[in-house]
Amino acid sequence: MLADYSLLLVGAILVNNFVLVQFLGLCPFMGVSNKLETAIGMSSATTFVLTLASIVSWLTYEWLLLPLGLGYLKTIAFILVIAVVVQFTEMVVRKTSPMLYKVLGVFLPLITTNCAVLGVALININKQHSFLESAFYGFGAALGFSLVLVLFAAMRERLAVADVPEPFKGPAIGMITAGLMSLAFMGFAGLV
Amino acid sequence: MIDFIQQTPFLAALGALLLLGLPFGALLGFAAIRFKTEGDPIADQIESLLPQTQCGQCSFPGCRPYAEAIANGEAINKCPPGGEDTIQALADLLDVEVLPLDAEHGEEAIKTVAYIREDECIGCTKCIQACPVDAILGAAKQMHTVIKSECTGCDLCVEPCPVDCIDMLELPTTLQNWSWNLPDANIIASDRQAAPEVGA
Repeated sequence: MLADYSLLLVGAILVNNFVLVQFLGLCPFMGVSNKLETAIGMSSATTFVLTLASIVSWLTYEWLLLPLGLGYLKTIAFILVIAVVVQFTEMVVRKTSPMLYKVLGVFLPLITTNCAVLGVALININKQHSFLESAFYGFGAALGFSLVLVLFAAMRERLAVADVPEPFKGPAIGMITAGLMSLAFMGFAGLV
Repeated sequence: MIDFIQQTPFLAALGALLLLGLPFGALLGFAAIRFKTEGDPIADQIESLLPQTQCGQCSFPGCRPYAEAIANGEAINKCPPGGEDTIQALADLLDVEVLPLDAEHGEEAIKTVAYIREDECIGCTKCIQACPVDAILGAAKQMHTVIKSECTGCDLCVEPCPVDCIDMLELPTTLQNWSWNLPDANIIASDRQAAPEVGA
């Protein structure tokens, strides 16, 4: 029982990492990784949204769409759920941490279109996860996202002052770094 | 009725989305009131770092307008009374580069406090009107005096005084504002002589 959930977590964080293995949610991964503090703020916002969205999506699907035989509506219903959770998060962040709100800027509402969020909700349905499994899977995916975002931001802070050859400066070396990180994460395949 | 809805998938879909949308809308409406932000919280934080002299040396009519201007991207180095410390604190808050104080707006001066030589005061109330922080007490044709703990040392009362009875005095050194004297700039031998030319 406990082993199942921890396997699910490890699987979502490392083996099937949403950013570096499944290539979902690359937009904030490249966009807000310039500074470590911003990355941490974005990670916590995304963690909150992902976990909550996967829980509410599961409830919506199992309790509302399935009984009415409306399984085909799941994509639009999930997008509605995600948009509401993101909007709620935006209000909370704006109230509690105005600096973070300003720094995250457009990337905060853009969590709505972060495909990792919708991806988790849909995968939960496809894999026929139970309620708890969905919650853990969403949380694990969020942890994996946070992990690579923070790691990547830390590396990019160093890259900003590193002696990079002229043609590779800026986003180019960021892409290369992301590729190498992705290769490294592929090494986790077979762990679970 | 229920049968009818179940047999018309279009109505069922519409109803389901409506059923989803209503509580979500209610939740957001509640959150909009519960987490309402009034004014500009960033400007508030910036203002709390400014020295509140209300002196206008930054070319804005006071500390609050300058704080709002900074929140909208104005340079952070226009506050001479705050000096390096304020610039450093603002740079930390806003996560921007530390800039040297903009000399156009004046230089960082030693903290002073206004002092009215009371036996020369004619009670014209001009300095009271000039004081941005209401630190001067007095009435027409009565002697005025400065509340030392309220005075920000902004200089604005000196100019209007018709009999020049206001002095700006340096704050006496107390345990609260005492600090080490900085060591001399040329303290070791290599400071006093130019560096030898490389490869000469």
